Amino acid sequence: MKPIKSNEVMLQTLTRILVFIVLSFSIYLLFAGHNQPGGGFIGGLMTASGIALLYLSFDIKSVKQSLPINFITVIGIGLLLAVGTGIATMLLGYPFLTQFFDYFYLPVFGEAELTTAIPFDIGVYLVVVGAAITIFLSIAEDD
Amino acid sequence: MTILHWATLSPFLFALLIPMLYKYIKRIHTGWFVLIVPLVLFIYFLSFLPVTSSGGSVNQTLNWVPSLGINFNLYVDGLSLLFALLITGIGTLVVLYSIYYLSKGTEKLNNFYVYLMMFMGAMLGIVLSDNIIVIYVFWEVTSIASSLLISYWFYRKKSIDGAVKSMLITVFGGLSMLGGFSLLYVISGTFSIRELIANADMIAESSLFLPAMLLVLLGAFTKSAQFPFHIWLPDAMEAPTPVSAYLHSATMVKAGIYLVARLTPVFGGSAEWFWIISIAGTVTLFWGSISAVRQKDLKSLLAFSTISQLGLIMTLLGLGSAAFYYSDGMEDSLYTTAVLAAVFHLVNHATFKGSLFMTAGIVDHETGTRDIRKLGGLMTIMPITATVSLVGLASMAGLPPFNGFLSKELFLQATVNVVSFDFFNLETWGVLFPVFAFVASVLTFLYCIIMFAKAFTGKFKPENYDAHVHEAPWGMLISPVILGSLVIIFGLFPNILSSSIIEPAMAAIMPHTQGFDVKISHWHGWSSPALWMTIGVIVFGLGLYMLMNKWSQTSFYLKERDPLNQVYDNWYDGLVKGSQTVTRIQMTGLLRDYIAYMAIFIVMLLGYSMIRYDAFAIDTAHVSEVTPYMWLLVLAFTAATIAVPFINNRLTAVIVISVIGFLLSLFFVQFRAPDLALTQLLVETVTIILFMLVFQRLPKLKKEKSRPRFKLVNLIVSIGVGGIFTMIALSSFAFGSDVNYDSIAEYFIENSKELAGGYNMVNVILVDFRGLDTMLEILVLAIAALGVYTLIKLRLKGSEDV
Repeated sequence: MKPIKSNEVMLQTLTRILVFIVLSFSIYLLFAGHNQPGGGFIGGLMTASGIALLYLSFDIKSVKQSLPINFITVIGIGLLLAVGTGIATMLLGYPFLTQFFDYFYLPVFGEAELTTAIPFDIGVYLVVVGAAITIFLSIAEDD
Repeated sequence: MTILHWATLSPFLFALLIPMLYKYIKRIHTGWFVLIVPLVLFIYFLSFLPVTSSGGSVNQTLNWVPSLGINFNLYVDGLSLLFALLITGIGTLVVLYSIYYLSKGTEKLNNFYVYLMMFMGAMLGIVLSDNIIVIYVFWEVTSIASSLLISYWFYRKKSIDGAVKSMLITVFGGLSMLGGFSLLYVISGTFSIRELIANADMIAESSLFLPAMLLVLLGAFTKSAQFPFHIWLPDAMEAPTPVSAYLHSATMVKAGIYLVARLTPVFGGSAEWFWIISIAGTVTLFWGSISAVRQKDLKSLLAFSTISQLGLIMTLLGLGSAAFYYSDGMEDSLYTTAVLAAVFHLVNHATFKGSLFMTAGIVDHETGTRDIRKLGGLMTIMPITATVSLVGLASMAGLPPFNGFLSKELFLQATVNVVSFDFFNLETWGVLFPVFAFVASVLTFLYCIIMFAKAFTGKFKPENYDAHVHEAPWGMLISPVILGSLVIIFGLFPNILSSSIIEPAMAAIMPHTQGFDVKISHWHGWSSPALWMTIGVIVFGLGLYMLMNKWSQTSFYLKERDPLNQVYDNWYDGLVKGSQTVTRIQMTGLLRDYIAYMAIFIVMLLGYSMIRYDAFAIDTAHVSEVTPYMWLLVLAFTAATIAVPFINNRLTAVIVISVIGFLLSLFFVQFRAPDLALTQLLVETVTIILFMLVFQRLPKLKKEKSRPRFKLVNLIVSIGVGGIFTMIALSSFAFGSDVNYDSIAEYFIENSKELAGGYNMVNVILVDFRGLDTMLEILVLAIAALGVYTLIKLRLKGSEDV
């Protein structure tokens, strides 16, 4: 990414607000996936776009300070999560990647449906975010 | 494993010991140990003589691959025994000779004797095996061993060239032979030679008879150096002389003869077999003798004379196969004379040619040259060598009282007999056989005189030699003297061979004909045409030699290289250059060319299949209605797509491509795929950012601002690809709506809520019904990210390795 030369107050101010909205929306997409359009893949891409926006508006160093995440680790965690949900069902004697769901009463949300597809989707989400940002950063940081 | 099996394989087993003997017993020449093997084998095989001479045979079985009918069965009859005795007998003498020929200190004797034993074992395997696949295995081992022996002095370029040539030609023949054997198996269902002979009638009626025969003959002809495959033999003279004496005169080149003789009961009696073998043999006989006259090198001369003599034996086997035409055996002697002559000459040739090679080796060893223009007057200095040579050459020329005379007379007699044959059109063309035989005999006589006169008579010129010329050590002389004595003994008392060796061998070649009464005599009376022909040979041969001063200056004599080598050289160069050209044309190293190949191949393959099965169909009945909004989208989409190739700026191109991507997500919206539309939008966005990042870094110098070049081929190929896939899509739509499959979608629609608890069917399919796909896709993503990361971060220096 090019070092910032000009005064980009407008961009940076807007980004501060926008990234918040983008990230919130991406989390919504991730969790809404089961019943509404959305899901891990879309949510992940949306998050990645939000973070990319951060990198575009600020320089890499400062973003890295505020987001001290190694995105390669994120890929790993995501893969482990996705494969783990599959293996967990195997331990119970079901075929690989069998998913379960049930309805629970939760204190704040009221009756809600919880499904094992959610951790799987979170795994997808993490891999997508990690992969997209890793690719961005690798290319952008390369001199 | 019977004793016979152990005996056949003993040279291989002994070869394993040779390197150890060479390394640990330096004091004694390794050859002395090796000598035991052929000697013991020779004595062992002599013990079979009583069995075969009484018409019996020995048959030992050993299963190798019984499920395929490939078994290492050994079969000893007269023919096998004759060859086995030749191989071991001459093998013994050659090993003895090589002990004195190859120096203990300077030569790699371990290599030499290992190769030689390998060869001897393979040769025994060929002649003793009953199974043609086993014969083929041993056959190839002889090719390999022969090439190894030719290139024994591998630091000489000529040795390597000779080895490569002999390898290429004999392996070509060997592979053809394997094809022929496979066809024989297809016809008869057996690999056993005796069963093949038993089924000869069935084979003769098969439509594969001729191909099988031709392929087998290719193998036999290349091995036995028949015209035009003889060219490897003169070049094989780069081998050490013991090798030339053993392989290239007495044994390997006779493997082809053996094969022809062995399979005569299978193929004999057909006109093709008769004509092909007789003509190939006669041409080889003639060509070899005329080429031998031109040679200036003793070993080359002997090589061409070997070719010529092999042609002679081949001719005789061809003529002898006529006996099968009248298998009821009337006027037997007319046809069987040829086979008798072939077998007899086979023995004689092995004796005199072996001794001649050995004497030539002695001359080379003691004087340092083999060039007949330098040699001369060696008779008084090397009296024993000269005597043995004289005996050998006189026998080869066909002079009485040596054995060559007897077989040569039988040969002439056999060719004369052909004139009285009345089948296969022999009434018209048969007369050519005696004519060619006579001319070739004259030439044979001529080169024999030349060889003896140039090497041993005349004036001795010490300045021509680098070394001090003297008679060879006695050890080196033993073998040629023994062979020379055999020449005389067989010449004077030919009938010691007739009932013990020749009759059983003839019985093996012609199993249907009974009761040979072989009586070989020197004198047939004045009425014998062969006698007059022999006298004619001597007269004309002497006459030509007297006139040698006249014709020795012609270009015919001065150029000694066989013109057929030109063909071989051109073929070899052409093959190399041709394949290089083909590779250069096709392997351009340009990805765009390879993509064009693939695209053209796909278009042609699919197009052909479509036309072949008449699969074109268009169905408008099931097409849904197209709204104006869709038309608008399609129009914009098409316009953007068509614009891409005409854009001359990268940035613009990327933007237009992203326009196409965004339009695609509009399509998804139109087709009610919100998840797809969202994903497409986001992926498109991320892709553009990546494109921009990469474009920033393109080198300035090579920035391509020009328009993409127009190429007609590319246009045609891309139109072809587009056209074929459009057609396939239309057709599959038409056929698909015809068959009325129930879509699997119904199941997902019904069960996405019940079974997976989700209303977003796409997501339910992705994470639940078919979660495995998704899992592997994120794996792909992870690999891609890590790949990009490593590609960029990992900077290895030139010699570093990952």
